[in-house]
Amino acid sequence: MVQRTLPEKLSILADAAKYDASCASSGGERRGSRDGKGIGSTTGAGICHAWAPDGRCISLLKVLLTNFCIYDCAYCINRVSSRVERARFSVEEVVSLTLEFYRRNYIEGLFLSSGIIRSPDDTMSEMVRVARTLREREHFRGYIHLKTIPDAAPELIAEAGKWADRLSINVELPTETALTQLAPEKSVQTIHGAMAEVKARGEAAKDRTARGTRAPRFAPAGQSTQMIVGADPATDGEILRKSSHLYNRFALRRVYYSAFSPIPDASRMLPLIQPPLVREHRLYQADWLMRNYGFDATEIAPPTGMLDLQIDPKLAWALAHRALFPVDVNRAPREMLLRIPGIGPRSVERILKARRHRTLRYEDLLAIGCVLKHAEPFITLPGWSPRALPDDANLRARFAPAPEQLSLF
Amino acid sequence: MQITLPRIGTVAAWRQQVRKLAAAGIDPQAVIWSVGAAAPDLFATAAPAPGVATPLMLSLEAVDGIEMALLHSDPERFSRAHALVLRLSKREVRWGDRSDPLMRRLLDQQKAVGREIHKMHGFVRFREVSPPGANRRAFAAWFEPDHPVLEAAAPFFARRFGDMDWLIATPTLTARCEAGEMRIEETEARQPPPKDAAEELWRVYFASIFNPARLMVKAMKSHMPQKYWKNLPEADLIPDLIRSAETRVRAMHDPSAPAPETLPGGRMRKKLR
Repeated sequence: MVQRTLPEKLSILADAAKYDASCASSGGERRGSRDGKGIGSTTGAGICHAWAPDGRCISLLKVLLTNFCIYDCAYCINRVSSRVERARFSVEEVVSLTLEFYRRNYIEGLFLSSGIIRSPDDTMSEMVRVARTLREREHFRGYIHLKTIPDAAPELIAEAGKWADRLSINVELPTETALTQLAPEKSVQTIHGAMAEVKARGEAAKDRTARGTRAPRFAPAGQSTQMIVGADPATDGEILRKSSHLYNRFALRRVYYSAFSPIPDASRMLPLIQPPLVREHRLYQADWLMRNYGFDATEIAPPTGMLDLQIDPKLAWALAHRALFPVDVNRAPREMLLRIPGIGPRSVERILKARRHRTLRYEDLLAIGCVLKHAEPFITLPGWSPRALPDDANLRARFAPAPEQLSLF
Repeated sequence: MQITLPRIGTVAAWRQQVRKLAAAGIDPQAVIWSVGAAAPDLFATAAPAPGVATPLMLSLEAVDGIEMALLHSDPERFSRAHALVLRLSKREVRWGDRSDPLMRRLLDQQKAVGREIHKMHGFVRFREVSPPGANRRAFAAWFEPDHPVLEAAAPFFARRFGDMDWLIATPTLTARCEAGEMRIEETEARQPPPKDAAEELWRVYFASIFNPARLMVKAMKSHMPQKYWKNLPEADLIPDLIRSAETRVRAMHDPSAPAPETLPGGRMRKKLR
């Protein structure tokens, strides 16, 4: 095989990693290196260091250890049957790239993933070696995210959690049928098993024994996962139910949705058409509603249904539940305020705080930062009454983009 | 009356002055604030007649908020904050009440400063300037913030880069950290340090992580406004990445295309060989 240069390897192995949506460097513990004995810090909040023209933030050095892979997952650019160029980093190369990028303030840390070479255990232990070298030899205190291989031995997952801030295991597809069909070597049972393992170890690490000794540190920023949207026929309703299940059962921090993106040398099993990116956007909005607004997956989309692509899911919910509106901003409980379109959690906190001192007027909402264009039909307070707006049959048209005339040519 | 605040430690000096002014009961409107060497105020008179002293009582949240807002570049910020401190102490306005125009203005400026500090933490780019044979590596950066936030932003870098020496120069002030000791000084050389070798690797990474199938230039620009681009070593790749995106996506849809050519970043890789 040709010996590749470092820039060539970096180009191939970063290119291969870009279909992983997560780039979060948030959550977990706060560390620093003010003692002068190491390099790196984590603030808990995460920092983006650049944005690519695809609108995605670059926070971590996101690379694959290798894109050689013995698996044949149809949606993956690195599957064994794909004709992409292949490369492989040595452990030292990844360690050095991470540190040199970090010292120049390009990144918050490393997100390491890998194709499966030889066996899941072999690959996982090599990834763990990168993390261990960074932590033990280089005293690196920045962020490390390891993509865990579900079939790897539990001891390897345990060690990965010792060095990493976050672990992730991709569920890949929303339904078991799709997984069996498109990723023949993967199984839902194994993936869920590994997630349960990560959850249990994470919980154990937070406990103290009766004698007060602590269990070993384990991925303080928790675990996340990714689902590919649009490569199989799953509906938004099914996808959101799956996410809700994952959040509840495995205490995931985040589920990432990745609109299936046409890849070079794609498998013939897949649609060559890209699902609209706005679908991915609506799923993220719906996910947000489940995590921060108290919405249940079943409220946002029926099991067989798709999200409205033209208006956001919160507005869609309000339009479908007009009997509950208008809401009296000065009296409604927090849960109901959170359901008003155009009013987010921060505005709700400000409203609740200001309400303790006086009655709010329409102008106050503007100052608080509410999006009144969206909120107006759904609220009532001194200075504003929506009158018959909530019942207006054309209310949806007020928000949806104007219909476009189809081109004749 | 005219008060000139020092360029280094501006906020602390302002706080001291406000305490004195409040004790002497001086009206905020009678004070003209400036930073650094100021042009003399033509109408400046001797200290105005003292009035009734106001005891200063502020919540911690208010103090933090005001001190942050004072890092804004608005020349009126000192007198605005001075007036607000007195009104807060007399309970004429509640901290955080956005229906008060002065309060709201200050909160907005606090937010703008917070954003600038956050962007600075992300967008500073170090270049290696280690002298040969030194036992600690040294790095330097040039950054041009919209607001004078260096002093507030610098401790982050000290916490992060514990085992190296570093320097961040802005058009006015420079933060320097040597052997773990950080200090702020006036900037001497107003220019970026010379490029280093790792920069080319970073540019390879930036070009390769970009997915041409999901071009979203507006989103990128809203998070990374163009005013920052001139000091980001990767930014001059952006126009070309945008221009070539469509061709690259089209190549992906063509199953007959030979594999290496369809690979995003392929062109860059060839150049590097």
